[in-house]
Amino acid sequence: MSIIIDNDTKLVVSGLTGREGSFHGLRNKAYGTQLVAGVTPGKGGQDVEGTPIYDTIKESVEEAGANTSMIFVPAKFAAAAINEAIDSGVDTVIAITEGIPVMDMLPTYWKAKEKGVRLIGPNCPGVLSPGKANVGIIPAQFFDQGRIGVVSKSGTLTYQIGNELKQAGEGNSTIVGIGGDPIIGSDFIDILTLFDADPDTDLIVMVGEIGGDAEERAAEFIAAEISKPVVAYIAGFTAPPGKQMGHAGAIISGSSGTAKAKQEALEAKGVRVGESPTEAAQIAVETLRAL
Amino acid sequence: MDLLEYQGKELFARHGLPVPKGVHASTVDAAVAASETLGYPVAVKAQVLIGGRGKAGGIKIAKDGTEAHEYAGEIIGMDIVGPHGEGPFKVHELWVEAGSEIESEFYASVILDRSAKKLMVMLSRMGGMDVEAIAASDPEALVKQHVDPLAGLGETEAKEIVAQAKIPEEAAGQVASVLVKLVEVAQAEDATLIEVNPLIVNADGEVVLLDAKVTIDGNALFRHPELEELPEGADQDPQEAMAKERGLTYVSLDGNIGILGNGAGLCMSTLDVVAQAGGRPANFLDAGGGSKAEAIIDALEVITSNPEVTAILFNIFGGITRCDEVARGIIEATNKIGLELPLVVRLDGTNSEEGLALLAEAGLDNLHHEATMLGAAKKVVELAGN
Repeated sequence: MSIIIDNDTKLVVSGLTGREGSFHGLRNKAYGTQLVAGVTPGKGGQDVEGTPIYDTIKESVEEAGANTSMIFVPAKFAAAAINEAIDSGVDTVIAITEGIPVMDMLPTYWKAKEKGVRLIGPNCPGVLSPGKANVGIIPAQFFDQGRIGVVSKSGTLTYQIGNELKQAGEGNSTIVGIGGDPIIGSDFIDILTLFDADPDTDLIVMVGEIGGDAEERAAEFIAAEISKPVVAYIAGFTAPPGKQMGHAGAIISGSSGTAKAKQEALEAKGVRVGESPTEAAQIAVETLRAL
Repeated sequence: MDLLEYQGKELFARHGLPVPKGVHASTVDAAVAASETLGYPVAVKAQVLIGGRGKAGGIKIAKDGTEAHEYAGEIIGMDIVGPHGEGPFKVHELWVEAGSEIESEFYASVILDRSAKKLMVMLSRMGGMDVEAIAASDPEALVKQHVDPLAGLGETEAKEIVAQAKIPEEAAGQVASVLVKLVEVAQAEDATLIEVNPLIVNADGEVVLLDAKVTIDGNALFRHPELEELPEGADQDPQEAMAKERGLTYVSLDGNIGILGNGAGLCMSTLDVVAQAGGRPANFLDAGGGSKAEAIIDALEVITSNPEVTAILFNIFGGITRCDEVARGIIEATNKIGLELPLVVRLDGTNSEEGLALLAEAGLDNLHHEATMLGAAKKVVELAGN
């Protein structure tokens, strides 16, 4: 097993006819993901290298059997595309788009909750279950199949850690990029829950960063609910308050959301936190081998 | 994007919220002229993006033209340091506003609660002091209420919040209307924070918004062209201004090691490992997917325009970004700008071997390659000196 995506994933990509959407959608297909459809309003009936294009996501669900939607639509229109996906009948929506306004995401978040649709992102690199499926922009060559689950707010930092795990001879059940925006569909807690129930995951690596309190809440949750070992890494110890560090959500407000507070919250609950990505990977490998 | 007080008040006024009459001024003469027009007393207020202006001497009440002249002269050019040591922020602009007779002061705000994924309204009858101080001195005096993301805040709910906060009856109706409208402003203007402190009742029994702290979601500026064109409120750092012009994600820090990474997370992590190795990062610069030579030239020009920088670290983990393209960019940029500072490069990921071969072939004297992120951090600290 793995979480969120696997061999049964049937992917529809909103924005498949665009430059980025086609580049990544076709890479996902080349990896072995079942890419069953693309959606671009007004382009129904066309195809992108053999993948049929529909006008709506709903049609792709009804006619091509899509169960997972990836959103690769410009920020201005992305929330509408996510809303469309939530209503279309797919179980999972993975939103890659960066720069969606928060006021658009608030109602969309609650809509997904209400309809029971799993939303990953936005502003995330997607999800990779090595050897099974890849939905998003994660470069699969840096990850092997294995027993470590990874959940992360950051893309390249995840590649860094995944690559160190691979060099140490370990691999991953699934890698989930949850995104760096202030309002995201699935938080650490949601993904930790899935990994805890996944028989193919033995250990979880959690990669956080400054801003908000998702890591602090995850620390409480790990202590209370998670049976598998969790190793963490937090980025942004040198970030000054009040400055947005790249990601829209990566900002220390006043004295809250600091890396130090997150590290302390996790360590207080017995979660080991690596000083660097390299150390986090080393701790994960040691812990896994001692199980 | 943070708005200055006067920009926030203009926003409030556009939505029909009661704010005092005022005029924006950037010279002493303009401030005096504004005071004469408004009639005395006037409040002469420093326009800087930091709290605690009053305590720092950045807000003065002038009773006549002599005082208006004196205070405007004092405040323009003043350096204001925030309550937590932020800044200093130099005062370039003033807001001169008609004086208000304050009968009582409240606190009102609407903020984005990231944990709850909802807007939250806060109201207190103890205004004029820091919200943390209110919460610390009397937690029950600060009423917090989440807003239904689909329905917004209704008049009835607003009245309940007002009753719970024990706002005096004669002001209750007006304060409730202000709360309803503030939530509407947050939603309509994409504000993730609106703080009004104080929200006052004046001598005529009118509720007036006497201060404005507003943060607009930068991702939503495409639908607020009038806000996008506002002059930058912060006393902007020259490198940050230059980076913004070139579309780079850059934050100035106070060290001497210039840093470029790809991806926000990896870049933040790079700053951290450099600091752990005993170095002092000069900046955060996320090159993102921008691996092309032009983007790297832009980035290097911004980094090297900071005279403090004595060495530079490039930490690249190529996913979609191809390391050979990054290497070409580094070589072209180094030659074009005649870079002489030591440059430590760590290139890993997609096409890293091709990239490293290109760098070796170029034979740049000031370029040092390191295989790992930690090795690169140590090397750049060693080369940067103190």
